[in-house]
Amino acid sequence: MNETIALEVLRYNPDTDREPHFQRYAVPYRDEWVVLDALTHIKDQLDATLCFRWSCHMAVCGSCGVMINGEPKLGCHAFLRDYRNGVVRVEPLDHFPIERDLVIVMDDFMAKLSSVEPYLLVDAAKPLGEGEHLQTPAELNLFKQYAQCINCLLCYAACPQYGLNEGFVGPAALALAHRYNLDSRDTGKDRRAEVVASNEGVWECSFVGACSAVCPKGVDPAAAIQQTKVSASLDWFKAFLLPGGRK
Amino acid sequence: MAKSNKPLLWLPFASGGLVAAFILPVLILITGLLVPLGVVHLPYERMFAFAHNPLGKLVLFGVVALPAWHAAHRLRMTAHDLGLGGGLAVRLICYGAAWLMIAISAAALLVI
Amino acid sequence: MSRRPYLRKIERHWWLRHRRYVVYMVRELTSLFVALYCALLVDGLVRLAQGQAAWEGFVAAISSPLGVLFQLLCLVFATFHSITWFAVTPKAMPVMVKGEAVPPWTIVTAHYAVWAALSLLVLVAAGV
Repeated sequence: MNETIALEVLRYNPDTDREPHFQRYAVPYRDEWVVLDALTHIKDQLDATLCFRWSCHMAVCGSCGVMINGEPKLGCHAFLRDYRNGVVRVEPLDHFPIERDLVIVMDDFMAKLSSVEPYLLVDAAKPLGEGEHLQTPAELNLFKQYAQCINCLLCYAACPQYGLNEGFVGPAALALAHRYNLDSRDTGKDRRAEVVASNEGVWECSFVGACSAVCPKGVDPAAAIQQTKVSASLDWFKAFLLPGGRK
Repeated sequence: MAKSNKPLLWLPFASGGLVAAFILPVLILITGLLVPLGVVHLPYERMFAFAHNPLGKLVLFGVVALPAWHAAHRLRMTAHDLGLGGGLAVRLICYGAAWLMIAISAAALLVI
Repeated sequence: MSRRPYLRKIERHWWLRHRRYVVYMVRELTSLFVALYCALLVDGLVRLAQGQAAWEGFVAAISSPLGVLFQLLCLVFATFHSITWFAVTPKAMPVMVKGEAVPPWTIVTAHYAVWAALSLLVLVAAGV
């Protein structure tokens, strides 16, 4: 087995490069290899200076997201065999600043993620003596798919609105806000609305739907955002019509 | 950050999209194909009677105003997508055209 | 070692990069034809208000070759709008029955049924 496959990897060294450039590597072809294996081979055998993030190699940690031939994918989730008759072009995720090679700066996302408070918010904590917070399977079903998000940022790289307007809160953060808003134990919907229903929130979305198409975990951020638009609109009109409703 | 007043733009956009999706194709089929082919006739008396009826007025206004608003809002977003910006000029052209259509159709329906 | 993050700006023609963005852009541009056809309807209402002669002029105009060509173009885009609009309704308006989500295709099919019924109603009312 001497077959090789060509990888073109976008390189950027902030110390020496004025701008990113592609570097070509010939990597052994293996049917069972994913792009992440090829990158690891480059780093171990060909060029130790190549930088990329990874951890679990099983689509759970969400760290190895890259653009593969223009499409955002997890490096561990893209088999070389699907690119056998061509060059595999690997770039850092679109719309994020490049720290070095395939490593992106994700500070912006982290700030947005925390701004929607993606955890259970409760008005008054229930005393322990009153027992557990029960939830029926039906109540769980309402939000279960959104809870699968691994913060891999593929949806941000796919979203043209995030690319056009960096202020946009973006798909994953809005989907996670929706996940907690739908949770029967949570009472933080109105608090999250300050971010979610702001100008930079769901209203920046034009329902391209690319976020849902590229999600490796079957999360549907586009659906979460449209549902939030509907409920935020109803809340807005309720607040407008009811006396004293406007804050 | 504060809650946005965008629902005021978005709810009519969504309603207009729904109305357009349900009604426009059959309307275009009638005015653009069946009438020219002579399959359907739109005599003045019948059309006037329909537009004269208060319920008819409401239907006609909804069929024009909501899709017009839908189109204006979507075109504004598309201008932004195409890199034309979302500035005052784009807003004026898109929403202005919609308001113009809404005003003229309301006036015409009031006269009828 | 210094930090000097490099931001690659989104290209102006980003929507040509992938089929899904092209389809999105066509979907968005259906609004241009929706707007133009609305303008035609507004014109019709004005002519109706002006009296019989004006109305008959309007009917003649929409029956002219140019009028038909324009409206056929509108019909293509309006139909594309309908199809794309119905396709995403399960996302915006999911329906839960007894704790289970109604399958998306059921919601889409229901929209097609309403579309067919309303279209038939309008055709009958128009005297087909």
